[in-house]
Amino acid sequence: MVTAEQVWEAFADIPDPEIPVVSLVDLGVIRSVDVADGHVRVEFTPTFLGCPALEVMKRALEETVAALGAAADVRVISDDSWSTDKITPGGREKLRAAGFAPPAPREASAPKLVQLQSQVFRCPYCNSTQTKLENIFGPTPCRSLRYCKSCRQPFEQFKTI
Amino acid sequence: MNELLLGLADDELVIGWRDSEWTGIAPVLEEDVAFSSIAQNEIGHARAVYELLADDADALAFDRALEEYRCAPLVELRLLDWAHTIARRWLYEVADEIRIAALMEDGDPRVAGLAAKINREEAYHRMHAEMWHELLGETPPFRAAVEELWPYALGMLPVGQHDALAARVGRPPVEAVERGTHTNELAELWNEMTMVRRSAPAGAQW
Repeated sequence: MVTAEQVWEAFADIPDPEIPVVSLVDLGVIRSVDVADGHVRVEFTPTFLGCPALEVMKRALEETVAALGAAADVRVISDDSWSTDKITPGGREKLRAAGFAPPAPREASAPKLVQLQSQVFRCPYCNSTQTKLENIFGPTPCRSLRYCKSCRQPFEQFKTI
Repeated sequence: MNELLLGLADDELVIGWRDSEWTGIAPVLEEDVAFSSIAQNEIGHARAVYELLADDADALAFDRALEEYRCAPLVELRLLDWAHTIARRWLYEVADEIRIAALMEDGDPRVAGLAAKINREEAYHRMHAEMWHELLGETPPFRAAVEELWPYALGMLPVGQHDALAARVGRPPVEAVERGTHTNELAELWNEMTMVRRSAPAGAQW
């Protein structure tokens, strides 16, 4: 009989479909795993609702549970319980090492343009805060584009949600 | 069916579709990226709300007759110039913020929870709209576009929220172009939007 620990371990090997340096466990999108009578119930929280990788992630969770010989019931929880604060410290470090600046902490109020335009975001390459917002939007819903004036490297900054 | 939520979902679907029409042809590359990303988010929000309302989100989104859509005429308009496009995005986001804030207080925790999530994502759309509003706000083409679209913007919200919108936009309330009737532009869009779905029987595998 499969255990919750085995399921979590297996999930830690599922790469994010768009940023494969981090796993779904690193991203913190798996809220709970409950095992009962050979059934594995998983609560999964989407990152961004418009993220095209959501279906791929859900399917990967189902296939991983099936490979462990259990039946999966993956529920998508579309509420405010996931935040970029749920990305694990290890996940943040993997992102940074791959050139994606990890997100700033979530604040009580919504982020403002003036914050994005301020020079508090660090370049993941040279660690300088001399960085400038190029575009609020990037290649996926979760990322913005910035430019480092110190090492002249454009980079992607995780949005805080 | 909750008419308010259906109207919200239809608004998000249709404005997402309209936003996506700028992909590849926006005035600058940054806006190609921005409009594509915003479109993706809005359609994602539509899908999440449709999923609250029905088991099959695609069926609700694409299998209805034209007259069954509850979107506001504001989102239906096919706008071909940048001033109007930005004016609509700005008006839409201001009105959307008011209704999302109200839904975050909804008695149904699923509605309130989803509204809170949508609100987090919309914060970035609002920043984008504000940025352009600051750039273009006082220019004659933008002012004229806001003037023209203002009755449509009011039509997005129930009458009880008109004063809040008027205060935010800084214009007096006027007679709204209400939800419930459709522009000719929606007929064309419906035809395009539902074409694939109608060409293949429901349940087709891709």
